[in-house]
Amino acid sequence: MAAPLSPPRLLPSGDSAITVEFSRKIDDQANRRVLALDRTLAREPIAGVSETVPTYRSLLVHYDPAQIDFTTLGQKLAELALRPVPSSEKARLWRVPVAYGGEYGIDLEDVAKTLGTTPDDIVARHVAGDYRVAMLGFTPGWSYLSGLQESLHMPRRQNPRLLTPAGTISVGGVQAGIQCLAGPSGWHLLGCTPVRTYQLHRDPTFLLEPGDLVKFYRIDAKTYAEQERAAEHGEIIAELAAA
Amino acid sequence: MTKLVISSISPASSVQDGGRYGAQRFGLTPSGAMDRLGLAAANCAAGNALFAPAIELGPYGAAFKALGGAVRVALSGAPRSAEVAGRMMAPDTSVTIADGETLKLGIAQGATFSYLAIEGGIQGEPMFGSFSVNARVGLGSPFPRPLQAGDELSVAAASAGPERWIDLPAAVTGPIRAALGPQNDEFGDDAISLLLDSEWKISATSDRMGYRLEGPIIKHLHGHNIVSDGTVNGSIQVPGNGQPIVLMSDRGTSGGYPKIATVTTADFGRFAQIPAGTSFRFKAVSMEEAQAEARKFAELLRTLPDRLGSIESFDLNIEALQGANVAGVAVSAIDARTWQVPANALTQE
Repeated sequence: MAAPLSPPRLLPSGDSAITVEFSRKIDDQANRRVLALDRTLAREPIAGVSETVPTYRSLLVHYDPAQIDFTTLGQKLAELALRPVPSSEKARLWRVPVAYGGEYGIDLEDVAKTLGTTPDDIVARHVAGDYRVAMLGFTPGWSYLSGLQESLHMPRRQNPRLLTPAGTISVGGVQAGIQCLAGPSGWHLLGCTPVRTYQLHRDPTFLLEPGDLVKFYRIDAKTYAEQERAAEHGEIIAELAAA
Repeated sequence: MTKLVISSISPASSVQDGGRYGAQRFGLTPSGAMDRLGLAAANCAAGNALFAPAIELGPYGAAFKALGGAVRVALSGAPRSAEVAGRMMAPDTSVTIADGETLKLGIAQGATFSYLAIEGGIQGEPMFGSFSVNARVGLGSPFPRPLQAGDELSVAAASAGPERWIDLPAAVTGPIRAALGPQNDEFGDDAISLLLDSEWKISATSDRMGYRLEGPIIKHLHGHNIVSDGTVNGSIQVPGNGQPIVLMSDRGTSGGYPKIATVTTADFGRFAQIPAGTSFRFKAVSMEEAQAEARKFAELLRTLPDRLGSIESFDLNIEALQGANVAGVAVSAIDARTWQVPANALTQE
């Protein structure tokens, strides 16, 4: 029999949000509990809750204090958080193409040098990983993935870059990422994907959701160019495979 | 086709409405007006829905010209001088700019953002249900960027009805109220006392994403790196250098610095209005008090339309204004509430 689940901490985030914290660290089990509570709230909505934001270790629950108060909502969330986490929730698996190295991933060679191996070996390790979308945040579509092989863990750059390209595939610390829009980043850039995890006027606007599974595969420059054009016209590019 | 043409405009001016909610889980920031009461009051006086898109005007001046028809507007939020072709414009009161006339607005006085609402709204295409500009991610309508000189907004022609004004309650003053958490346990009692007992200033490097605070250094108990978690409007996060940053309407949806406290919903707009370089203090309130104040604030917004009055004849009010001044009654040209002079005030003495 599984050990009873520890109760989460209920942290007030002002008068209109509660942070339901399952762990203080990046923790796969905590993230599963976050996503399970998130799904429970989607299936069994609580009146007054307006939206939820899952992260690695906590679920932020936005609510309207005119409809429900901190204590009442906190008790309900604490109860729901103690429900057993379903062991095999059906998850979607996305296959995401990546052009690695060169102009697509300017840090690939440095990462290989730092880790004492070849760029091809870094790519092999990166595509071997089974990733899960732990959270989205920072900018639209920025997907934080868990499941990065330990042999690819490395500290973030000393000097974060002010601008990194749209579609960047990168690693930072124990995390892997898919970045949709151009923006600042202190992570190591391994490659680029033509897949847009966020695209206005496309259905769906947001491709990846917390809890989705991700596998990367390598493409060449020609394929990248073709897929990039198709993506511009609203094609999804990433393939949905049965998990 | 009626247009409002922007002849000149303060930096940090953009179209904002109530914001876009529901997609923070995908990293999409809500944006929306920094001061919701200011937005709602301007819209109310312009005859619009409370959170319709309006122009959020930064601290410096601006000039707008009506073209192709008359345009009716109302200004709320930060007080500033305002005139249409030499006629004074009162705050929280609609005024009609005739075709070809220019509305001139001065520098904000003692606050940062004014809201210029246009009767009938602004034409554009909502993105995720909102016109609010979020320049960092290229969202917003009619332009996905701050407004600039030369922009033309397609607007409705002014209606024929009387001008409206809204009787707002006296502005709330005093320290900015905040509730401790979510990560106040990352700080010692001395650090929390320092936050609550010190005088703070808003740094000039602040923007719609975050207000940097200048004041004493707030030290963490266990370092400044926490695993990213969700943020809200008013999160007071403390980065490595110990200088707090209050997250504002264009904040990232998640953040990796400990958040010592959170500005209350009721005081968020009031906090957003504090000009750079101005001193202020925080005051800790209990969750019960913060939520009671949030409910009161929501009720004030909901009942704003009950505070509307109409001005049957603009000329008559000018006469009343002049008469009242002669009679020594306190009337302010920039405070429409004082224009409604009791009948006997004009006949005294």
